Amino acid sequence: MIIHHPILGPRDAQEFVYLGDATLIDRPDGMTAGVEAFHDYLYNRDNPAGEHRELWYHEQGDRSWLVVTRNTVTHEITKVELARDVARARGRTK
Amino acid sequence: MRYSGFRVIAEALTGHKGWKPVWRDPAPQAEYDYIIVGGGGHGLATAYYLAKEFGQARIAVLEKGYLGGGNVGRNTTIIRSNYLLDGNEPFYEFSLKLWEGLEQDFNYNSMVSQRGIINLIHTDAQRDAATRRGNAMIMHGADARLLNRDEVRAMYPWLNFDNARFPIKAALMQPRGGTVRHDAVAWGYARGADQRGVDLIQNCEVTGMRIENGRIRGVETSRGFIGAKKVGVAVAGSSSKVMAHAGMRLPIESHVLQAFVSEGLKPLIDGVMTFGAGHFYVSQSDKGGLVFGGDIDGYNSYAQRGNLPVIEDVAEGGMALMPAIGRVRLLRTWGGIMDMSMDGSPIIDKTGIEGLYFNGGWCYGGFKATPASGWAFAHLLAKDEPHKTATAYRFDRFLKGRIIDEKGQGAQPNLH
Amino acid sequence: MSQSHRIDAKLAGGQIDRTRTLRFTFDGIPYQGHPGDTLASALLANGVRLMGRSFKYHRPRGPISAGSEEPNALVELRTGGRQEPNTRATVAELYDGLEANSQNRWPSLRFDAMGINDKLSTFFAAGFYYKTFMWPKSFWEKLYEPIIRRAAGLGSVTREEDPDTYDKGFLHCDLLVIGAGPAGLMAALTAGRAGKRVILADEDFRMGGRLNAETFAVGDSQGADWAAVSVAELSAMPNVRLMTRTTVVGAFDHGIYSAVERVSDHLLTPAAGKPRQVLWRIYTGHAILAGGATERPIAFENNDRPGIMLAGALRAYATRWGVKVGERIAVFTNNDDGLRTALDLQAKGVDVVAVIDSREGGDLLPGIRHLRGAEVIDSTGSLGLKSITVRQSNGRSETIAVDALGVSGGWNPNVNIHSHHRSRPVYDASIAAFVPGQDGPQGLLVAGAATGAMSTHAALKTGRDAAMAALGLGTGPDLPQAEDAPVRITPLWHVGHGKGRAWIDQQNDVTVKDVKLAKQENFTSVEHLKRYTTLGMATDQGKTGNVIGLAIMAELTGRSIPETGTTIYRPPYTPVAMGTLAGRSRGKEFKPFRLTPSHHWAKEQGAVFVEVGNWLRTQWVPKAGETEWRQSVDREVLATRKSVGICDVTTLGKIDIQGTDAGAFLDRVYANTFSTLPVGKCRYGLMLREDGIVFDDGTTARMGENEYVMTTTTANAVTVFRHLEFCRQCLWPEMDVQLISTTEAWAQFSVAGPNARKLLQKIVDQDISDAAFPYMGAGSITVCGGLRARLFRISFSGELAYEIAVPTRYGDALLREMLAKGAEYDPIVYGTEALGVMRIEKGHVAGGELNGQSTALNMGLGKMVSKKKDAIGMVLSQREGLTEESGYRLVGVKPVNPEAKLTAGSHFLETGAAAVAENDGGWLTSKVYSPHLGCDIALGYLKGGDRKIGQRMRIVNLLAGLDTEVEIISPHMFDPEGERLRG
Repeated sequence: MIIHHPILGPRDAQEFVYLGDATLIDRPDGMTAGVEAFHDYLYNRDNPAGEHRELWYHEQGDRSWLVVTRNTVTHEITKVELARDVARARGRTK
Repeated sequence: MRYSGFRVIAEALTGHKGWKPVWRDPAPQAEYDYIIVGGGGHGLATAYYLAKEFGQARIAVLEKGYLGGGNVGRNTTIIRSNYLLDGNEPFYEFSLKLWEGLEQDFNYNSMVSQRGIINLIHTDAQRDAATRRGNAMIMHGADARLLNRDEVRAMYPWLNFDNARFPIKAALMQPRGGTVRHDAVAWGYARGADQRGVDLIQNCEVTGMRIENGRIRGVETSRGFIGAKKVGVAVAGSSSKVMAHAGMRLPIESHVLQAFVSEGLKPLIDGVMTFGAGHFYVSQSDKGGLVFGGDIDGYNSYAQRGNLPVIEDVAEGGMALMPAIGRVRLLRTWGGIMDMSMDGSPIIDKTGIEGLYFNGGWCYGGFKATPASGWAFAHLLAKDEPHKTATAYRFDRFLKGRIIDEKGQGAQPNLH
Repeated sequence: MSQSHRIDAKLAGGQIDRTRTLRFTFDGIPYQGHPGDTLASALLANGVRLMGRSFKYHRPRGPISAGSEEPNALVELRTGGRQEPNTRATVAELYDGLEANSQNRWPSLRFDAMGINDKLSTFFAAGFYYKTFMWPKSFWEKLYEPIIRRAAGLGSVTREEDPDTYDKGFLHCDLLVIGAGPAGLMAALTAGRAGKRVILADEDFRMGGRLNAETFAVGDSQGADWAAVSVAELSAMPNVRLMTRTTVVGAFDHGIYSAVERVSDHLLTPAAGKPRQVLWRIYTGHAILAGGATERPIAFENNDRPGIMLAGALRAYATRWGVKVGERIAVFTNNDDGLRTALDLQAKGVDVVAVIDSREGGDLLPGIRHLRGAEVIDSTGSLGLKSITVRQSNGRSETIAVDALGVSGGWNPNVNIHSHHRSRPVYDASIAAFVPGQDGPQGLLVAGAATGAMSTHAALKTGRDAAMAALGLGTGPDLPQAEDAPVRITPLWHVGHGKGRAWIDQQNDVTVKDVKLAKQENFTSVEHLKRYTTLGMATDQGKTGNVIGLAIMAELTGRSIPETGTTIYRPPYTPVAMGTLAGRSRGKEFKPFRLTPSHHWAKEQGAVFVEVGNWLRTQWVPKAGETEWRQSVDREVLATRKSVGICDVTTLGKIDIQGTDAGAFLDRVYANTFSTLPVGKCRYGLMLREDGIVFDDGTTARMGENEYVMTTTTANAVTVFRHLEFCRQCLWPEMDVQLISTTEAWAQFSVAGPNARKLLQKIVDQDISDAAFPYMGAGSITVCGGLRARLFRISFSGELAYEIAVPTRYGDALLREMLAKGAEYDPIVYGTEALGVMRIEKGHVAGGELNGQSTALNMGLGKMVSKKKDAIGMVLSQREGLTEESGYRLVGVKPVNPEAKLTAGSHFLETGAAAVAENDGGWLTSKVYSPHLGCDIALGYLKGGDRKIGQRMRIVNLLAGLDTEVEIISPHMFDPEGERLRG
């Protein structure tokens, strides 16, 4: 597979490490959320057959975490974003 | 029709005219007591044991493609019970014991062959871990041996002993481990279930679930609605897709696992072997092909095909371990969808919907579990109680922190 | 007579160099051939038709093809470590000195004792083994299976290491053209002339594809000559790369293809410095599959005799290699292409005695006995074809003496690569074959016969048009004139006749009867058919047989051929050597070595090294006279505890963490608190995964207000850094914190022992007295008169100890300097074994305890998990299953009898308890011999262990039959008050 890194251009997916569903960005606040919320965050997945937003880490590159939108049936990649930007857009900022 | 050597000879002498269909192709009835979704190994075994061991009737298996077309038809055929943790080992040992009597039980030669499995050890830490594991296995009634380097060398003198990056130091062996002719498992269960009146319905995809007041009433299928008192889902690989019909999210991701077979070769490897310093395990089939595999590709996928880096990684492991196979040719690769669970262990449990039961999360270890999975799932379906060897395989173990994490990798499915 | 079947050069010169002779042997018998020959063409030229035995019935077989689809003519090529099983003689390029042997026969190819299977074949019908061998139960593994396994397989594998090397390479192009026949050449010319970066790959050693086997013209010249001219033009283009002997074997995601280049297989041995083969990973903008088509036979009784082959192969041997397979030849066809074979052979002076054409009516070929509406129904000749039996349209049978028969059942487009992403081919009734379907790999177009466009003109046109479409070109070259004959075929899959066996999969010995039996037993899905009968599972993957099998199943079930469908096409297109896929990653080069800064020094001392991940660490450093490893390790421990020892700990992960939020960030990634750590101090940190299990541990020092240095374990250096980047970028992007891994930047040594300070003071430029640099102090310093360094007063050994770091390139010098300057303290260098002894004596957790399954509570570190702040893992560490009082706790263990030995991995049992799972109390995680305590000691996880200190239990190792009484003690077995490390 080839991932079009938003900064570095097309890179072989072998340079990256895969983590999983991009909802892992949405970590609850440990001071307010309890075990149930963390359980759902950490363990349960939509696991769709189709479009999937997922986290990849450019370990043999610039160390960016990326959110890659990829179809899990065809492997077609339609969007690649810096995870930091996604996290900010989801309100994970001051 | 009972199969035997005499029957084979008699049929041969009379032009094979007497062989009957191995299963019927019944039209679905309007309602069943039990519907098993998924005509792979686990689904067929469940139906077989429901009928045979738990005396149940009015059972149907719904398969969206062909019988045995799940991962039972696409795996590296290994059976073993060399697990570490209390939640797992009794279950897999139960499974191995069922394998040991399976062919006589369902009168079909699925070539259960206990030629032994060895896990090679390359570091002191691996030896310590193998000692812990081997002792746990024996304490659970399984068999285990720790082989030293010379004993391994006597078995396979042509492995890389003298020029290895990670030298072989020892091996953990389970003599009762081995291989099984995988398709024949599906066919044997299917035939046994069919003979006991189970309707095996192929080309019948479940497209929805009818749930009323928190209770399952039946399933919508590509061949119409079929009513059921109880529905058991055994569709590992597609668990999330099917259970989404019931509105459930699962602690499971679907990943692709590739496996490989070489051209047919004269005997080279008798048993099963796993490399401890890379991603490679191998056995040789009765037809002569080396059957081998390695790691999953590592990303969510339903594509049933993999990519090149893993093929190369597996070949590198193979060559590092067995430098003599450089000119042996890889014949075929294939990819299957794995239900990768959050702790690497399966789930056999009720759901929040009355009458709906779930069996999945087998990661890439489902084949060896087939008999016990079928038995335990049948037990749960028939009695509403988990089988004694499967009590740990609950959905709520993640909420309660009773995780069964053999590899110690945590909630990251692609590392299990 | 040598090369008895070579056609006179004036009639069929062929693409061989008759001026040169190559010598080779087959089964020890010497033969001669010419450059340009394959092993098969050369053997056929010498009148050898019998080349192999089939898998199941050991039927005598010869080649049926002239290409990579060959199921029969498989040989063991070469000898020794280069012995190569199952090599297709039809693609093995002849070289001088080639040695080949037949396989799967004993004692000889002509007389094979296992041929008895063929006589008993009625007992060995498809799937018979599923129905028998079940009684008595134990006989399967003891008797039946061993016999089956001994008979299994075709070629044999050497036990020697493959002496050749393999390489991997990466290529990029705008257009990859797969196959260099008329379509591929035209596509490459179109793209090449437009200035695009083109790769043209063909599995053959000569480009031109089918043009090399045909006699018709392209433009003003012979097809083969047009191909040669085109290749010459392409080879002159700097933007075009021509790759012969290169098979594109797989299509992967996003335009990536794998290809195998056989660099040296046409040579006796590879040239110096050259690999045998190269695995190319080709990144493409677009690709065109121009892989042609493969002819298929027609099944009839005894259609497998040596001398019966595909009609197109017969033609290819004559045209390309100047070989007539027999003296009296017949052709059996259901389509016009078979007629072409008869005409071509006749033109070369070969005696074509009959053309058996299954189609009724139509024109008759002039000058040839052309039987319309006729079928070949049987043949004779056990080791080679002697005659065929023909059933004529009037129903009369006739036996015709022939020694070669060409069979054409039509041509199947080579859709494989296009189907590697599970695209299903679709049936085209007009050519009675499957053609590429929808949803092929992105960016892949198909041209020529691979699309079902079977004429030369159509190949040229579709090749050009595909290249134009792929690259968005407005114009393309004019097409040369070429034949444009339509496909005229009336499908005939098998000949209905008597009780004999008609072969479909010749290697796996699958017959029409087997398909019928599969139908009878309701294995009617095409996947069931394949799996039950083994159709298409041989080394040729059913390239010639599959479609016949499924067509017969369609006929039997009354379903159409499209309804019946095909099985899945999967990579590789043709089998690939394991060595090629592995490349250089084998032997010692399987993984890179990471060497520590002290490696060269240690090597000089004769140190013993151990693999720790990819690192090679010093395990111990033997001194003269030490014969047992324990002598060295005990000495290293005692010397360290007595005076001072030095250990290279560079392998620990090191991460610099800086920014105004660095402290707050650490509070969130560590279970304990770091924001309160004073500048100039360090602290032990415990890191959890989000699931509450311990992830890693290490010390982190505060070097400045906004500057921390973290250490991780060796094993987790990479994963911790990855995790921290995840936390920083994905969870808390607002934090002002930056990370950089400095593992490779700093050489780090532990200096431990009562004289550690004195030794270090000799090289450190600043005052490091206890007052100036107290326990858990940390700071930037200089050594040896100004070299920047970092010093941490931390101890893993329980001694007064420091870790000192200098830029990596000074690591070796620093070690030598410390040993030299501190000579008066008799410093020693200790390895990982002594390191382990001392940490276990102190009860510090490491690999055996940090197993990814254990909580802080298990480790006796539960109080470190602060609940006053949000940190990774804090919430889920409180789940009930992880907080039970009866859970595992870390304990120390020593044998009651000091002579008794402990083994890590042994399990705890209460005295008198049986060794069964219900009584399993836990296990020993790590074990060493403690020279201070004078006995083996161990750490272990024991259920409720914190309440069992002082009790006696047993540990058992059932693998070794050991059962040892032990005392449960505190894990802090040496200097529990910590007086030494504060000294």
